[in-house]
Amino acid sequence: MRIRKMKKSFKRSLWAFHINTGSCNACDIEILATLMPRYDAERFGIKLVGTPRHADVLLVTGPVTEKIRDKVIRVYEQVPDPKLVIVIGGCGSTTGVYQESYAVTGPVDNCIPVDVFIPGCPPRPEAILYGVARAWEKLEKIMKEGSKNAS
Amino acid sequence: MDKTITYPLQIGPTHPAFKEPVRFSFKVEGERVAGVDIDLGYTHRAIEVISKERNFIQTIYLLERICGICSVSHPMAYCMAVEDASGIEVPPRARYIRTIIGELERMHSHLLWAGVAAHEIGFDTLFLYTWNIREKVLDCLEQFTGNRVNYAMLTIGGVRRDLTDDLIPVIEQTLEYYLEVYQRTSEILLDDQSIRYRCEGTGILTYDQAVALCAVGPTARASGLAKDVRVDYPMLAYPDMDWLKPITPLDIGKEPAGDVYDRMVVRVLELKQSVDIIRFCLDNLPEGPIASINGSIKIINKLKKVQGEGIGRYEAPRGEVAHYDILDMSECPVQMKVKAPTYSNAFAWVPMLQGSEIADIPIVIASIDPCIACADRMTILRDDGATETLNAEYLHSLSVNKMKEVKSRCSG
Repeated sequence: MRIRKMKKSFKRSLWAFHINTGSCNACDIEILATLMPRYDAERFGIKLVGTPRHADVLLVTGPVTEKIRDKVIRVYEQVPDPKLVIVIGGCGSTTGVYQESYAVTGPVDNCIPVDVFIPGCPPRPEAILYGVARAWEKLEKIMKEGSKNAS
Repeated sequence: MDKTITYPLQIGPTHPAFKEPVRFSFKVEGERVAGVDIDLGYTHRAIEVISKERNFIQTIYLLERICGICSVSHPMAYCMAVEDASGIEVPPRARYIRTIIGELERMHSHLLWAGVAAHEIGFDTLFLYTWNIREKVLDCLEQFTGNRVNYAMLTIGGVRRDLTDDLIPVIEQTLEYYLEVYQRTSEILLDDQSIRYRCEGTGILTYDQAVALCAVGPTARASGLAKDVRVDYPMLAYPDMDWLKPITPLDIGKEPAGDVYDRMVVRVLELKQSVDIIRFCLDNLPEGPIASINGSIKIINKLKKVQGEGIGRYEAPRGEVAHYDILDMSECPVQMKVKAPTYSNAFAWVPMLQGSEIADIPIVIASIDPCIACADRMTILRDDGATETLNAEYLHSLSVNKMKEVKSRCSG
């Protein structure tokens, strides 16, 4: 019953929380550009929220530095289930140009499970939109399976 | 009887919007900030150390990713440092193209800042407006360099792509567009009553403090400290422009107060200045080659035989960026040191924030254009050990409420 209720709300909107784990800001400004009037992700109900507790999706940028690692895990734990993690940018997916650095413990899937990778340095707003749409499909699939198991 | 209790307030390290992680520890007395401590280092990626294992060309792309917003400034300073050490000349045409790309980047960065500042004070309409007009310069950069962010335009001894004849009208059109919207944008940013109420007298950095704390860029110029690396240090095409001078609030006949409003004035005027500089460069673009050495392998082979050290300075949108490189018969920089503008300006936060209201914290922090601002979560620790956690939305709503109050004062 609860899952069915949540499924209903997902059809309307997807709220995202963005966490920067040491990225260079390029992906971060592209995420914002995605929400701006030109690309206007808000027409799909996608919205950035200010706290992980309100979020369905975690947008992670950056290669995960040593100092931020436990904060990333903490933020991940604060997002209520069912949740998805989207990694935006090359350095979050593979550590990219920052490989061999002593301060980087990434990529992101070393510390939290990741569902969708969006490569690019930085990815274009279109790519980010596409990635979020793919994540949405995946989330709905998880919900469907969830409701089957529940019934 | 009044009794003031000082309690600590933690902001950060993760944030809701796009800013980098940083942690602020405040001491708060009621609504006033009594003390500030800053904890940096959450985005430490050891770039100076990894660069020792990358060759000179790979390092350019690594340095581009120090900051995605000033992705021309860092490689520019690095290339100038290596050219300084090795004596590689930059052809005049390449100097002009570097100047154009640097100024386009400054325009996009200042518009981005104006939007963020508007968001921090709860003026979201302006946030959407400035980010919308910013798309135009990104389009221009994309057509010019092939990417919206991280342009990969620079190489040691020149640039990688030429400014072809069919690109010149594209840039002209972009400049034309900005001159058209400049009037309206500056009216909203500088004359709007609610913005003036929020920004005037907020986050003051006096001239003496700016000198003592080595503030750089628009932050220093807003305090009346007329210094600009583009004017003070001969580089690129800037020495050809005799009319170029550092912009301070005096240019609109205002005595510099060093508050948030003055920083806004400086950035808005610099938008116009960037348009003028690009115009000048397009009109006087020299003919000739775009790089003194063709091919990365040749550059590395030449630098392998060089021993020496060099310094490169460039005025990034946020202030002076300086790179120091040591070359020692190797294909990688033996040692490099990066001095980014935010590092100089971060100390200026302390006098700015002391005595300000909690609702003003986001705009004061954002006012130096730090790439690091705002807050995600803050925890109030009471004397009895009980904690109360407030999130960024609460902080933002405080700011928005103050804006509403100010607006009612404007109409009243």
